[in-house]
Amino acid sequence: MSDTHHEDIQSHVKTYIMVFAALAVGTIVTVLASNLHLGIILGIIVALLIATVKSSLVAGFFMHLVAERKVIYWVLALTATFVVAMAALIMLSHEDQQGKQQGIFAVPAARVQVQHEEKSTNAHPE
Amino acid sequence: MSGAIEIPYNSTERPDTGLYNAKLGVWLFLASEVMLFGALFSTYVLLRTGSETWEHGAEFLNVPLATINTLVLIISSVTMVMSWASLKMGSLGKYKLYMGSTILCGAIFLVIKGFEYAHKFETGLFPSTSTFMALYFTMTGLHGLHVIGGMIVNSYLWGPGRKMWKTDPQRFTNRIEVAGLYWHFVDLVWIFLFPTLYLLPGK
Repeated sequence: MSDTHHEDIQSHVKTYIMVFAALAVGTIVTVLASNLHLGIILGIIVALLIATVKSSLVAGFFMHLVAERKVIYWVLALTATFVVAMAALIMLSHEDQQGKQQGIFAVPAARVQVQHEEKSTNAHPE
Repeated sequence: MSGAIEIPYNSTERPDTGLYNAKLGVWLFLASEVMLFGALFSTYVLLRTGSETWEHGAEFLNVPLATINTLVLIISSVTMVMSWASLKMGSLGKYKLYMGSTILCGAIFLVIKGFEYAHKFETGLFPSTSTFMALYFTMTGLHGLHVIGGMIVNSYLWGPGRKMWKTDPQRFTNRIEVAGLYWHFVDLVWIFLFPTLYLLPGK
């Protein structure tokens, strides 16, 4: 193992220590921020923003994504596309779940009524 | 080993991908893990937005213990990456120390989580208690299983698995790197679980 390689890894180690410090500070900040009672929307935004920064540090430095091969980035881009599509489908079902009769999963109100009546007729045949 | 089929590109990089095979394999596995946890987080959002009221986790979950657990997992991520760096610098002794610390941190995390679960059960909070608690136990339970899985792999690599260092040090170093990728992912999931379940305001 060459000295240059050894020094290279030692500089990595320094980065890991700095990332650790940033993650620890981020953890404390997110707990303190949650005590500020920022309201629902701002509270969620702040908490998720800090979590995103922290996870980026983990992925970037501990998982070496800052300097990785192209094929890994492609795998991750594909994963991101699919996870967003899946999340979007799940979120869209919210429209139907709420009984708003809107959105791509909505069932027309008239149809819901008919189904309901059919069910009660079947339940009491006489 | 005569007669055994050698799996190619475990020590050296494959020319077309520029990676050793295990690394690409673990990243593909992590992609499936992203879908698994992505589905659970989407479920959380759906159930939360669909409810008229939502609990503020901090009111009945133990935030100080969870904060300590977050720090424990972060420390374990650092020791994990340091165990890989130690092998890169040729020190098996330091590797054993750092990998042992990583396993210990995993155990501390699970013990703390165990205390939290026990307290929930004592106070009558079960998965059937509410939608929030169902999500809490499902998400933290699945995460806990991932911690256990990682600890099993890390324990093997700390114990019997490390004899590979003598026969094929490069391949062993690569094994630690990919085990680390998984471990960091488990840490990354917790980084989102912690605020989502413990800190986000209710409604």
